Amino acid sequence: MDTGTDISTKDVLGTAEAWRREGRAVALATVVETWGSAPRPVGSHLVIDADGNFEGSVSGGCVEGAVVAEATEVIEDGAPRMLEFGVADETAWRVGLSCGGRIAVWVERVN
Amino acid sequence: MDLALLAALNEERRARRAAIVVTDLGTGAARLVREAEFAGADPLAGELAARFRTAKSGTIETPDGRFFLTVQVPPPRLVIIGAVHISQALGPMARMAGFDVTVIDPRTAFATPERFEGTNLLAEWPQDVIPSRLAFDGYTALAAVTHDPKIDDFPLAEALKAGSFYVGALGSRKTHAKRVERLTALGLDPATIGRIAAPIGLDIGAQSPAEIAVAVLAQVIEALRKRPEAAATRTRDVAA
Repeated sequence: MDTGTDISTKDVLGTAEAWRREGRAVALATVVETWGSAPRPVGSHLVIDADGNFEGSVSGGCVEGAVVAEATEVIEDGAPRMLEFGVADETAWRVGLSCGGRIAVWVERVN
Repeated sequence: MDLALLAALNEERRARRAAIVVTDLGTGAARLVREAEFAGADPLAGELAARFRTAKSGTIETPDGRFFLTVQVPPPRLVIIGAVHISQALGPMARMAGFDVTVIDPRTAFATPERFEGTNLLAEWPQDVIPSRLAFDGYTALAAVTHDPKIDDFPLAEALKAGSFYVGALGSRKTHAKRVERLTALGLDPATIGRIAAPIGLDIGAQSPAEIAVAVLAQVIEALRKRPEAAATRTRDVAA
């Protein structure tokens, strides 16, 4: 049973700290705003390392790939940035949310 | 975010203390606000207080810029004293609602794993468990439902002293009057004892153990989500 107090293994913020302490370069992505139907609530986290390993979730899978790619750049240049994702555009081949909502994701490096 | 800030946030979380990270979305600068330390002097005091209560993260616009508040509060805990019929229904319901549930009852005939599958069960005296292995805090709710002062009184007193957000006890007004006398003898003041919800549960006319469990869980959730308002209501009831 998840007691909620053991945050070392399955918790994203705990993972972010642990990875950083292992010397890995780490970025933290956070859902900061949602409009309409959104798969993950505001405050949801995703932690990414320089090799593209990640844990957690900001969307339930639809935009993680794009966030991970962007996080790699954030890890390199250290500048935080805001990413926005909306409904997937059927004519253009790009990622989006199939549920029809929009989300803003803040991606920052853990220094 | 600096590793030191992340580590400080995780330390608060491990200790079951609420904290908020305030991130300036213009500059990326961040600071940690601990619930115990934050004061009215903080420029975001009102917003922070509301966020600590609702546990909701979110973005705010201020004259000083846009800020994201990452709100981390401990998962609410429900400790049920008494492995009785009500508890058999209350445990699973409370778990579904997101509570971390523990049932304590020294009567091993009641506290059997078969009757409480999936619930953290301690077949021991409350005083042997609290606080050594289970410390009460502001994010703990206590429901005492054994009817037996030898089992209920100690955890009730401990929960009141620890500032648990909800303390409820089963029993008629007559048995509660005797309970008040016993707790007074233990040195608790009337205002503190007045925080006990007794008879336990919202007055919805509940009859069966499962219905009483619904009434108790609803009252616990009310206390969690409407803390200041719920406390004020109870104070008025006591005064009336």
